[in-house]
Amino acid sequence: MTHIVKPQFRHPRLATNSQGLTRRDYEGVISTLCAGCGHDSVTAAIVEACFELELPAHRVAKMSGIGCSSKTTNYFLNYSHGFNSVHGRMPSVATGANLANRELTYLGVSGDGDTASIGIGQFVHAVRRRVNMLYICENNGTYGLTKGQFSATNDRASKNRKGLDTPFDSIDLCNMAIELGAGFVARSFSGDKAQLVPLIKAGIRYKGFALIDVISPCVTFNNHTTSTKSYEYVRDHNHMIGRLDLVETSAEIEADYAPGTSADVTLHDGSQMRFTKLDESYDPTNRETILPALERYRQRGEVATGLLYLDKREADLHELIGTPDQPLNEIDERALVPGSGPLAAINAAHR
Amino acid sequence: MKPTNTSDPTYFHKVVDCQWACPAHTPVPEYIRLIAHGRYTEAFLINWESNVFPGILGRTCDRPCEPACRRGRVEEKPVAICRLKRVAADNRGVVDHLIPRKGPGNGKRVALIGAGPASLTVARDLLPLGYDCVLIERDRKAGGLMRKNIPSFRLPVAVLDEETDRILDMGATPRFGEEITSMKALLDEGFDAIFVGTGAPRGKDLNVPGRKEASDNVHIGTDFLSAVSFRHIEEIGKRVVVIGGGNTAMDCCRTALRLGADSVTVTVRSPRADMKASPWEIEDAEREGIPILDNHAPKEFRLEGGKLVAVVFEKMRAEYDDTGKRRLVPTGEPDVVIPCDDVLMAVGQENSFPWIERDIGIDFDVREAPVVGKVDFQSTRPGVFFGGDAAWGPENIIWAVAHGHQAAISIDLYCQGQDLMQRPAPTTTLISQKMGIHEWSYDNDPTNSRRLNVPHADPALALRDLSMEVELGFDPGQALLESRRCLNCDIQTVFSTNLCIECDGCVDICPVDCITFTPNAEEAELRQMLRVPAQNTDQDLYVSDTLPTARVMVKDEDVCLHCGLCAERCPTGAWDMQKFLYNEAHASTARLPEQEKKHVA
Repeated sequence: MTHIVKPQFRHPRLATNSQGLTRRDYEGVISTLCAGCGHDSVTAAIVEACFELELPAHRVAKMSGIGCSSKTTNYFLNYSHGFNSVHGRMPSVATGANLANRELTYLGVSGDGDTASIGIGQFVHAVRRRVNMLYICENNGTYGLTKGQFSATNDRASKNRKGLDTPFDSIDLCNMAIELGAGFVARSFSGDKAQLVPLIKAGIRYKGFALIDVISPCVTFNNHTTSTKSYEYVRDHNHMIGRLDLVETSAEIEADYAPGTSADVTLHDGSQMRFTKLDESYDPTNRETILPALERYRQRGEVATGLLYLDKREADLHELIGTPDQPLNEIDERALVPGSGPLAAINAAHR
Repeated sequence: MKPTNTSDPTYFHKVVDCQWACPAHTPVPEYIRLIAHGRYTEAFLINWESNVFPGILGRTCDRPCEPACRRGRVEEKPVAICRLKRVAADNRGVVDHLIPRKGPGNGKRVALIGAGPASLTVARDLLPLGYDCVLIERDRKAGGLMRKNIPSFRLPVAVLDEETDRILDMGATPRFGEEITSMKALLDEGFDAIFVGTGAPRGKDLNVPGRKEASDNVHIGTDFLSAVSFRHIEEIGKRVVVIGGGNTAMDCCRTALRLGADSVTVTVRSPRADMKASPWEIEDAEREGIPILDNHAPKEFRLEGGKLVAVVFEKMRAEYDDTGKRRLVPTGEPDVVIPCDDVLMAVGQENSFPWIERDIGIDFDVREAPVVGKVDFQSTRPGVFFGGDAAWGPENIIWAVAHGHQAAISIDLYCQGQDLMQRPAPTTTLISQKMGIHEWSYDNDPTNSRRLNVPHADPALALRDLSMEVELGFDPGQALLESRRCLNCDIQTVFSTNLCIECDGCVDICPVDCITFTPNAEEAELRQMLRVPAQNTDQDLYVSDTLPTARVMVKDEDVCLHCGLCAERCPTGAWDMQKFLYNEAHASTARLPEQEKKHVA
């Protein structure tokens, strides 16, 4: 970690967005992670995405659990709400917060330990319930804070730093989320911001549960030559199935793709998502074919990245259980205390 | 773009904007760090080696380093480099034992005409090599324009004497009070080389109606200033008009005030923005209550009863043609009449050589200026060299010093029978400053503090006393604050392509978005592709070799804070902070044996 505070000086010609903010206004405090940590790149990608989405930072809630990844919510969006929860319990805290105030943008940041081990029971239910949030799992296949044990997402093919194998199969969070009803599932790589930033933007805009599983190398414990989550391995085996761009309704889509390979999807808020296929055989909107396709990539040792699955229906928890339209803190007294008439009717229904 | 060739010393030298802009290439950040540490003597010696007159220049330099300073692009104002130099000179310890003496005589005699900054620099560089340096000066004391044209409220005589004596005491042979009237005669004295450093002493005149008739009360600015400095003039009329917008005009008006004038007015032909005077000198004059009227072109000196009573001015305005060339045209407004008793004219200076015969092989061009080599400073007659204002007209002290250094190299090469165009190379070192994990040998945490104003003497006293210095200089506490504003631009960000794993750590942490990893392109296109487009084309792009992802690392040097965070965030040490020390070659150091060099440096 760095001993000095990040200097306040910024480039005099740094661009501002419609909020009058520069990219640097979406930063947090300086990171204390190891130099070269992939998580810092994910942080930078979140900063970039929020800047480009022109989000008002005070309308964002950052949720996290425990781990190197969960520390990073302190490193971006200094002016947002934040909740650093108990290990693995971020999904239920996020669910509660979301139910209480549906108008904030929920951004959960977790890691492979926090999500796939201690918190897996929480994770699967948040997916099932389609909590309207973007859930980013910074996945490095190792327990960095406890000095490099295998995590549950570590591949069978991957050895640890001392050359030991893992006896267990890995958990694939994306496959699991697709099966459990997540609406937006993507995998990306911390070393590829050109892919990651648009995915984060689309994931934030998506209504429902959005998961981005970001392979984010741990430079200290899992960046060696026999690791499948190292910078070099992911670069060599990255199979991009498509490119995604998000454009606001007002903006023109720049059509520089080969015709017939791209499809536009309009999200609930009117923003346009353009998906460009790089792999002709893969259709991210067809649930029937994607799981076998993902299995084929896995067997070939390829890391499939990009938008893996999109459910265009965009239904979230509030719709599923029919909650009020406004946040709880905006419901007035008359609605909360309907009087003795309605109370009598409720009581009568239970007799 | 091709990968940047950092083994070319110019690349990293250009990053050190102040040093690059300094004609004498003084290693500015190096001495500023020493000042921050209170090591004033060492800071002084670095200056003395590069620019010869730290105390004088710390007060009067034209400071080309300051507009170049990176701090001025990152924040609002540059580091007060010039004032910091003065701190080193004011607070240094004893240096006499550290100054080299004249070396064992090498049998060569060199005549240096005019004992101003250029000639003194030549003497300083040649004396340690054993040359007999004969300084021939019309006046009784050394200093040239520094003594005659800079008033003592800006440059105390004691400081001037000390710094000129330091060179004379090395072992120069003075021939003061002797005016050269014939170059031919001097050549007959059999010197091995002659250096002409006579400056640009002739003030220009204005040919307007009434000039001749009013000549008792119309004075040439530079003549006036030297007459004041030698106490030939001790008073002036109550109402004074100064004509001209350069630094001499600023010195004239402030001097007139101190000689007892009640009202002093400066008039300039051109718009204020085009005035030649340094902004801080204009500021100083205005602070003393002197109005500066721009767009006033003198039209007539008005006399009554044979005596000057006023100057008549025509109001002007600037017009620019398609090529951007300026033309001053009358506005047609009524003329402005400023009543006055005396006029000081500071409308420019020129060099003049009535004493150089035109048939001795020293060629002059159509404008009567000597033909001088831009690199070797030699005239068309081998063995005769020019430097300072004498070479190409008025510049300033720091340019004269830079000329002196180069002329000394030429004279040395000439006297040793070597090729004048085979110039000695600068010496450079590039050394990592890493002391431990995230620990550097320099203070890498940039301060937010703003430029400090230098304290001034009480105007009630200063405006009555010609020799009372107006600027008081920083005290050590202020010097520490100001020196910490230096961004250490000589601590270079050095990138090793083969170590980079492209983790983006440096890109993400850089506070000023200097670094981009991108596909390569031609420079103009590449400049647009960066995180913040690189619009300042004066500043180079640092481009790496091609990386494994077929991209290149591009760093825009423009506003880099040299905070070292890129190197702190780099997991593989692909970035390192390395100090680039550039020392311009001087005659005295280029040819001395290693041991002696150390002593001189």
